[in-house]
Amino acid sequence: MGVLEHKFQDNIVVASIDKLLSWARSTSPWYFQFGLACCAIEMMATAASRHDLERIGMMPRSSPRQADVMIVSGTVTLKMGLRVKRLYEQMADPKYVIAMGSCATSGGPYWQYGYHVLKGVDLVVPVDVYVPGCPPRPEALLEGLLKLQEKIRHERPLTRKTGT
Amino acid sequence: MSQDILNILKNAFPSAIVEQETETGDYLEIKPGEWFEIATFLHDTPELHFDSLQCITGVDWGPEAHLEVRYNLHSMKHKHKLEIRIVLDRETPEVPSVEKIWRVADWFEREVYDMYGIVFTGHRDLRRILLPDDWIGWPLRKDYETPETYHGIVVPKIKEEWE
Repeated sequence: MGVLEHKFQDNIVVASIDKLLSWARSTSPWYFQFGLACCAIEMMATAASRHDLERIGMMPRSSPRQADVMIVSGTVTLKMGLRVKRLYEQMADPKYVIAMGSCATSGGPYWQYGYHVLKGVDLVVPVDVYVPGCPPRPEALLEGLLKLQEKIRHERPLTRKTGT
Repeated sequence: MSQDILNILKNAFPSAIVEQETETGDYLEIKPGEWFEIATFLHDTPELHFDSLQCITGVDWGPEAHLEVRYNLHSMKHKHKLEIRIVLDRETPEVPSVEKIWRVADWFEREVYDMYGIVFTGHRDLRRILLPDDWIGWPLRKDYETPETYHGIVVPKIKEEWE
């Protein structure tokens, strides 16, 4: 912001609206609060006081219409797979999905013989970040969420994509 | 199972009990026809007083063999227990429902129906309990084959390409 920078007082920051928007989005991605299996326990531990998700701007929302991130925490059965898809469709754009744990990533321990298990949630909804582990420790989920924030921060929602 | 229970049952229902080669005393095999009457008898007779149905188990003995249902009964008052086994035909597995006698059998029987396709005649609400209503097949039968898709979701069977 070469021309305008340092022309004003210290409490005014000049930025492009594009960067500002992605910065604002990245620092408060509210996540959709639902747990499917044991991974949900680790997600709760991540949200609780020791790891404290709110310090990176994330808070749980109980409605898909108010949420930005869906953390698929646990085994997705085929019956639940349709509902996960519907919940994802009800979220407002921009929306992101984190596949937490090996079940949501690939079917996990139900990979071979689980007749009722969806073999990876990416068969139903697009996934942004995969967090491996069975279940992942809260540190691993935090790492995944920080990766997601980094991804959102590099988005330029207002820039028209040219060329390809 | 004590000998007394067996004698009481043999006197009351002489034709329903399947003769066993060795009476180890662990279980009692009966024919499916009179099961509802026997269950009422077990529940209501004061010296038996089986007031608790602890479990219903479905068993599949393989594609060539039969299906089976097992009931674990327990009496809170007399502190005795009994296992009832009923062998069923594989093509038309039907057994009378005991859901009106022990209310807990409602969900037990729905689960056995869900997994094995055993029909409990007289059950007032026999639907699938865990799987979706439009599921095809009985998953815990030995000859069950996993469907390839479910509502357009691919269920991959061959795993080599994925690894």
